[in-house]
Amino acid sequence: MSTRTEPAWIRRALIGIALSFLALFILLPLTVVFMNALNKGIAIYLKSLSDPAALAAIRLTLLTALIAVPFNLIFGVAASWAIAKFDFRLKNLLITLIDLPLSVSPVISGLIFVLLFGAQGALGPWLRAHGIKVIFALPAIILTTIFVTFPMVARELIPVMKAFGNEEEEAAMTLGANGFQTFWRVTLPNIKWGLLYGVILCNARAMGEFGAVSVVSGHIRGQTNTLPLHIEILYNEYNFTAAFAAASLLAMLALVTLILKSIIEFKYRAELAAAGKFVIKMENHV
Amino acid sequence: MFKHKSTLPGFRISLGYTIFYLGLIVLIPLSMLFIKTSSMGLKEIWMVVSHPRTLAAYRLSFTASFIAGLVNVVFGFLIAWVLSRYSFPGKKLIDAMVDFPFALPTAVTGIALTSLYSQNGWVGQYLYQFGIQSAYNPLGITIALIFIGLPFVVRTVEPVLQELDPELEDAAASLGADRWQIFIKIFFPNLIPALITGFTLAFARAIGEYGSVIFIAGNIPGKTEIAPLLIMTKLEQFDYTGATAIAVVMLLISFALLALTNFLQWVSSKRIGMG
Amino acid sequence: MKVRYVLIGILIGMAMINLTGKAWPKDKEVTLLNVSYDPTRELYVDYNKVFTQYWKEKTGETVVINQSHAGSGKQARSVIEGLDADVVTLALAYDIDAIAEKSGLLPIQWQERLPDNSSPYTSIIVFLVRQGNPKNIKDWDDLARSGISVVTPNPKTSGGARWNYLAAWGYALRKWNNDELKAKDFVRAVFKNVPVLDSGARASTTTFVERGIGDVLISWENEAYLAVKDLGPERFEIVVPSVSILAEPPVAVVDRVADQHGTRKLAEEYLNFLYTPQGQEIVAKHYYRPRLKSVAQKYAAQFPPIKLFTVDEVFGGWQKAQKTHFADQGIFDQISPL
Repeated sequence: MSTRTEPAWIRRALIGIALSFLALFILLPLTVVFMNALNKGIAIYLKSLSDPAALAAIRLTLLTALIAVPFNLIFGVAASWAIAKFDFRLKNLLITLIDLPLSVSPVISGLIFVLLFGAQGALGPWLRAHGIKVIFALPAIILTTIFVTFPMVARELIPVMKAFGNEEEEAAMTLGANGFQTFWRVTLPNIKWGLLYGVILCNARAMGEFGAVSVVSGHIRGQTNTLPLHIEILYNEYNFTAAFAAASLLAMLALVTLILKSIIEFKYRAELAAAGKFVIKMENHV
Repeated sequence: MFKHKSTLPGFRISLGYTIFYLGLIVLIPLSMLFIKTSSMGLKEIWMVVSHPRTLAAYRLSFTASFIAGLVNVVFGFLIAWVLSRYSFPGKKLIDAMVDFPFALPTAVTGIALTSLYSQNGWVGQYLYQFGIQSAYNPLGITIALIFIGLPFVVRTVEPVLQELDPELEDAAASLGADRWQIFIKIFFPNLIPALITGFTLAFARAIGEYGSVIFIAGNIPGKTEIAPLLIMTKLEQFDYTGATAIAVVMLLISFALLALTNFLQWVSSKRIGMG
Repeated sequence: MKVRYVLIGILIGMAMINLTGKAWPKDKEVTLLNVSYDPTRELYVDYNKVFTQYWKEKTGETVVINQSHAGSGKQARSVIEGLDADVVTLALAYDIDAIAEKSGLLPIQWQERLPDNSSPYTSIIVFLVRQGNPKNIKDWDDLARSGISVVTPNPKTSGGARWNYLAAWGYALRKWNNDELKAKDFVRAVFKNVPVLDSGARASTTTFVERGIGDVLISWENEAYLAVKDLGPERFEIVVPSVSILAEPPVAVVDRVADQHGTRKLAEEYLNFLYTPQGQEIVAKHYYRPRLKSVAQKYAAQFPPIKLFTVDEVFGGWQKAQKTHFADQGIFDQISPL
């Protein structure tokens, strides 16, 4: 055990520094949100969340994330497989292009879809003639969300997959597993944390995105307002309690993360205990 | 043309899909920026992007993002290390808390941070006593950018730390390496790619950030005006091309910086591969 | 393996949302979309209730009025790009001009179609100061004094802020007999006192009220009243300057959209009803100055008389004002530090 950790005083100091930083930059803002949400009592808190406009916003946000995240999940797995497992030319260019949406200002992320689908845009007149509504409706909200959260899963997976190298998969293949089995049985268990973090981050960003969605949403109350947009409206109505109540809902996503992680950790341990010996043998072989 | 030595299947299909999806979701929409900007003459574009006010905004955006990225690399790494290697009460809750900046809409972030760091805020009131103005100036902007970027670093480093083979450590220790040597020789090289990725993501995100910064920045032209705000002011005048011109320059600079960090990462991972 | 459960969970969740989530009920009622700007939200919530009832009694039709609120310029851009607004009710004529000009959805002469410059309600620019007026701020001159901290939104991003700026400019012209250079110096001095330029009017109000920044907030009268009412009657006072600008937020039917929806009659009636005593009453309750004499008299205590000038009189209309003052390299840019 002693070889695997630092002296106690170093440990304590590091924990202390890390926690102080987190307290200053994360815990305090979090406290502000929850204090403001609950400062008029739990009854008002619940009431502000069950307002029809709030419910419509929550529904729209969930729907958006549920469509956007799987798209980026599939892309993330494909991209990281290609990038981490193979060598090819212009790989760095590809990675850079994948990162690009992150650095695009939210205003611009929205604007490009307006330029593409808006009434004055490239495809706008054609869409209009065919009665297809994209901009200021659900399709544009989803597209923008996909754009904004585009690199999340891929970026999480690439370093993890790289860290593992190809040996395990190649061993499985020589043992006669097909590609799909190899991925499912060997790669997936290895990258599970990266995958989970990727999905969680992607989902959190998808649900929390404000700037870009604000440009393409049209702000129609009860129809195209996502939860972040609804929060802004409430705040601008000086309805601070309701605004922070809705914000606290998004903050609680972090709690969902915690629960998901614990469940997976628990299941993983149980499985390890059951099939443990085999896995360890495999690892020793490789 | 492609030189993949790997015997694993699925190269063509995964790369093909990656490029297809990238084109559809990112490249085609982004090309609209260039098309729109190109309706302006080169001279006009230059006039917009070389205006002292625009230059000041670029400088501010990139400097603040860079500093925030560095702070996040240091503390994000520390947090990831502590979370994945030590145990202490409340660890899981704290681990979950790290994602909080992502889930929070940027406008709420801005409001919450401003209320903390302005002169009458919980933290601000003490800082201001020491003459540190923590809101409505570049420091406030940096604080907001640190907040939004932190999870990127923690979450890219954490999985790598968790998956690192403990046997390596044991082996090194049994060969007589002390903790510091183990850290420098074993952990650090393995973590470099993840650290660079984390920095890149945090930095990239910070450059474009608008919603949270706008509340704490002060937005005084030439002093605390960030580049994305300039884009907004152009749009407000229905000057789409002016807005896209500023955006294109930001995009090109970000692209160059991202390409550079990706290249560095590639170099560093090559070196590990050799060693 | 475990990841499989997560994936399956996501798929099930998706299916459930699709089955249960009826976010867009296909109703048979008539719907009308009013695209407006930020501060009118409360006003139109009330007004829509009354109008819906009036329309039901008159025609037997149930009308659902949807509201969209954001910054005025942003809303104008959205309508240009295809947001299906039957009517627009924005902060300044310039924004509706832009819609007419860039999209052709309504005629260029839209402003002549309704009485009073198509502005059924008005407001003025006033000052909000802290209780007891500790810095003794009485008039525009005081804003240029050194040591005074002034909060106003950014004229480049906020329609409301443009009214603030023009009000200060108009005051200076009047004081120095139309000497533009003096006016420029005066406005420069005022903006030198501004520590924070928020992007919108409400953000500025929050900076002033919640963050405690500034000695005075330049604001629309209706916004100042609302802030005092909602955020603390004991904490703030409204100061009315000697002279101010008459802010005229205009309304218009978006012809092509309304015709396409078959809602033109409804849309026209919706706007006309704003001019009726009933409509004007609601307007006054939300601290906008009514146009109708009878209603104005009733609320005289709330709206003190003041010398006013209009954008048309002093600046020759919004198009010109925008170009001279707020466009790139305009006067506002010239007085900025860079």
